[in-house]
Amino acid sequence: MAPRVGVVVFPGTNCELDAIYALEYFGAEAVTLFHADESIQGVDAVILPGGFAHGDYLRTGAIAQFSPVMESLGRFAQDGGPVVGICNGFQILCESGLLPGALQKNAGLKFLCKSVTLRVETTATPLTNQARVGELLEIPINHFEGNYTCSAETLAALRDEDRVVVRYLENPNGSIDSIAGICNEARNVVGLMPHPERAIESVLGSSDGAVMLQSIVASAVSGPTAASAAGRS
Amino acid sequence: MLCSGNLGAVTAEPIHRQLGLTDDELERIIALLEREPSELELAMYAVMWSEHCSYKSSKVHLGRFPTEAPWVLVGPGEGAGVIDVGDGLAVAVRIESHNHPSAIEPRQGAATGVGGIIRDIFSMGARPIALMDPLRFGTLDDARTRFLFEGVVSGISGYGNAVGVPTVGGEVVFDDCYRGNPLVNVFCLGILPQDRLVLATAEGVGNLAVLLGASTGRDGIGGASVLASAGFQEGSETKRPSVQVGDPFEEKKLIEACLELLDRGLAVGVQDLGAAGISCATSETAAKAGNGMDVDIARVARREPGMNAVEVMTSESQERMLAIVEPANLDAVLELSARWEVRASVIGVVTDTGRFRVYEGKFDAGENADASALAPLADVPVESLGDGPTYHRPMEAPSDLAERQADDPARALLERFPDGTDLSGELLALLGSLNIADKSWVWRQYDHQLFLNTVSGPGGDASVLRIKEAPGRALALSVDGKARQVALDPRIGSKLVVLEATRNVACSGARPMALVNCLNFGNPEHPEVMWQFSEAVDGMSEACSALGLPVIGGNVSFYNESSGVDIDPTPVVGVIGLLEGLGDSPPSTIGFREGQAIVVLGTTAPEFGGSEWADLHGLRNGVPPAADLEIGHALNGLIAALVTERIVTTVHDCADGGLAVSLAEMAIAGGIGFTVDIGGAVGCFSESASRIVLGVDPERVVEILGRASASGIAAEEVGSTGGDRLVATGAFSVALTDAESTWRDAIPNALGLS
Repeated sequence: MAPRVGVVVFPGTNCELDAIYALEYFGAEAVTLFHADESIQGVDAVILPGGFAHGDYLRTGAIAQFSPVMESLGRFAQDGGPVVGICNGFQILCESGLLPGALQKNAGLKFLCKSVTLRVETTATPLTNQARVGELLEIPINHFEGNYTCSAETLAALRDEDRVVVRYLENPNGSIDSIAGICNEARNVVGLMPHPERAIESVLGSSDGAVMLQSIVASAVSGPTAASAAGRS
Repeated sequence: MLCSGNLGAVTAEPIHRQLGLTDDELERIIALLEREPSELELAMYAVMWSEHCSYKSSKVHLGRFPTEAPWVLVGPGEGAGVIDVGDGLAVAVRIESHNHPSAIEPRQGAATGVGGIIRDIFSMGARPIALMDPLRFGTLDDARTRFLFEGVVSGISGYGNAVGVPTVGGEVVFDDCYRGNPLVNVFCLGILPQDRLVLATAEGVGNLAVLLGASTGRDGIGGASVLASAGFQEGSETKRPSVQVGDPFEEKKLIEACLELLDRGLAVGVQDLGAAGISCATSETAAKAGNGMDVDIARVARREPGMNAVEVMTSESQERMLAIVEPANLDAVLELSARWEVRASVIGVVTDTGRFRVYEGKFDAGENADASALAPLADVPVESLGDGPTYHRPMEAPSDLAERQADDPARALLERFPDGTDLSGELLALLGSLNIADKSWVWRQYDHQLFLNTVSGPGGDASVLRIKEAPGRALALSVDGKARQVALDPRIGSKLVVLEATRNVACSGARPMALVNCLNFGNPEHPEVMWQFSEAVDGMSEACSALGLPVIGGNVSFYNESSGVDIDPTPVVGVIGLLEGLGDSPPSTIGFREGQAIVVLGTTAPEFGGSEWADLHGLRNGVPPAADLEIGHALNGLIAALVTERIVTTVHDCADGGLAVSLAEMAIAGGIGFTVDIGGAVGCFSESASRIVLGVDPERVVEILGRASASGIAAEEVGSTGGDRLVATGAFSVALTDAESTWRDAIPNALGLS
């Protein structure tokens, strides 16, 4: 049976159709999880896709964290379920405390939609388990608030614990330490600003994001990570 | 402030003139009603009969466009034009202007332009999947123009990105004639299963008119009449309250709610609320169905207390839609709306009276209603609001036209730059000119990839979007305008615009299927402007007929003038093409590759009228290049075939700046130089129409020349790619790095960003 991957939809989310398309492209069953519903319908993994949840009129992700679905998602993550937040999804994971740090406005104070080169820094995450460390991936970014920042202690922890998942080869937005994506201590929750689902077919310019989608699907097949199930977090 | 609702205030001007109605128009209203109109009636006629809503100066001309083809499902006159693209799918397209709001408040003006056109598309049952923005500003050497330019771009970016419709292309043109009156046009395309197609009609007596979306506020009152249908003078900033404020989050919810409504068959008709607000949407849907409508404004949710009937009925508050719903489906509609957190209220009921009546409090009045709730505030024949006056405005060619046409810039240019002159500096000057320079500063701020359709995005000839529901098929889109050439001969210039847009689409291997136009002109009360308009309509019609291209929709924007000076006539077209046989890579790209032969299709003549190079030297007279429609049609067919058969994959249209600029753009895109022999200034910078540059496998040159000859198209091998310099023997030699940096840095430099 195909692994079931949930795609969370808040009012204002706009990359959900792309996430669903990409998941189905790689053989998963995509399950839409509506923000107002508490159940996450027994899915094997969850993607929080990009967009502008609740309009992002306050801080990005600031309101989405209070949606009923986020409580169940928190428990799912606690139990080691694989969770990947893309762009606005990353911002929501930071706001809800599932990931440390915050995303601020790009250094150039402009929205940026362009292709960037990422370097895979660790493969022990649901986003990169099928990739190689050091692999370079060409993947688009599409954000105004993608400038990752965190405290010095958090940064030290992210580095020491190998929790920086992907870095920009050329920093487009001012992110601290060129960080494009990170994971939590238990390594089952990942957030990244670039959009791997936009780079899964050569006809769209790059298929380098395929390995990330394949990783997510693989993590859904293998279920909660042993480390997090054992309560390492 | 005009139209504030306090219509009884003592002012110098009679009320109807303050509202934008002429004395004759008032007489007409009185004759039609057989009495004096009420305040509300007068205000409704004023907006509905405005130039913007009624097309009163243009409609006698618009009937000349060819509009029919077997694949046209919906032609002009609806929210959007719709064509059949096969496999049970259809595509809805529309183009509109939001010029005047953007001149007053660039960010919100542009944002609400985007929001408005998106609503036109999903009101037809289509999911909006692409936006394009043809933009025109003054040159960037004054602070106000930089403010307008940055504001408009941030408005499009802020709204389009958040609402979730990618902006996949557009154009940006800088010319002094737009300094006081920038042009902000917006094109939107949506895709739909043909069985979801709905039209904006209020069928079925007893059916309910449900207002969906945002509450109604005091923003945008008189937008259509006061703002869009008059020119700019000193002090136009006081019209800022007539500009609406956009909320992309509300619109995103509205898109999802309305598409679900239509998917589930819960609405018999849907119309967006745009110009003239509730007045227009309710009366127009009823008139189209041949019915009547009663509206109760007490049911309209308002943003603030104290709004009167005029304000409620004419407000242009954004993010509102009207759905016509059978009573049995109302509960389902309300439930669906609640789920998407979209406000919904029944504000009207379809009647068989043929009258459009507005009440306040009638629907909830109950049995003990007092007379005031039951007396209509307005009671007019329903079709009369949409059936405004028609004007045959006087037309006359500009008195200096013959003189301007006789002043051929070729004389001065070729005298100063005879064959053998080093043109390297000229090429660099063109690459660094705002109209030719790299526009990525603009389009990097736009999400141009959402929905995973964008095969070719901004920066090429046409944008190419695959149709995921129909594997192997794609749409090619191009928006184009070339006002300097239109100004010199509106008929020929308009043909050239159609030729260029279709050529761009053909360069991606697509067959042009339909055209929409946005006709931006000056003050229609100036006979020269109406002459330009009529000539442009004729030129565009001739071109479309010759190319077999139906016009499926359009928009007219008059009164583009500032301090009494009209803009250059600026017809902008959007062409939609259909491409079959899309493989796993873009059908064509513009970047040269190592080891290619360079072939030029088409003929070059000394044609500099309206060209970028002539403009660079301050020469704005002459005649535009010849527009041979037969050659253009043949060239489109040839290039589309060569691309779909994969005989060539490196293709670039030759347009602004001529061959030298096209070659340079191909070199920059591919990161490789070239050596060609294209003669002197004429070969380099003439803007003769219907030319295309190809980078081809040297072994295929003979075949390509043969194919061209068989199609009646001149073709010549002019050189080859390679090296790190741009070289035209006897004309220019420029380092690729210099060409690239000049081209790339021009706009950031002009904005003071680097």
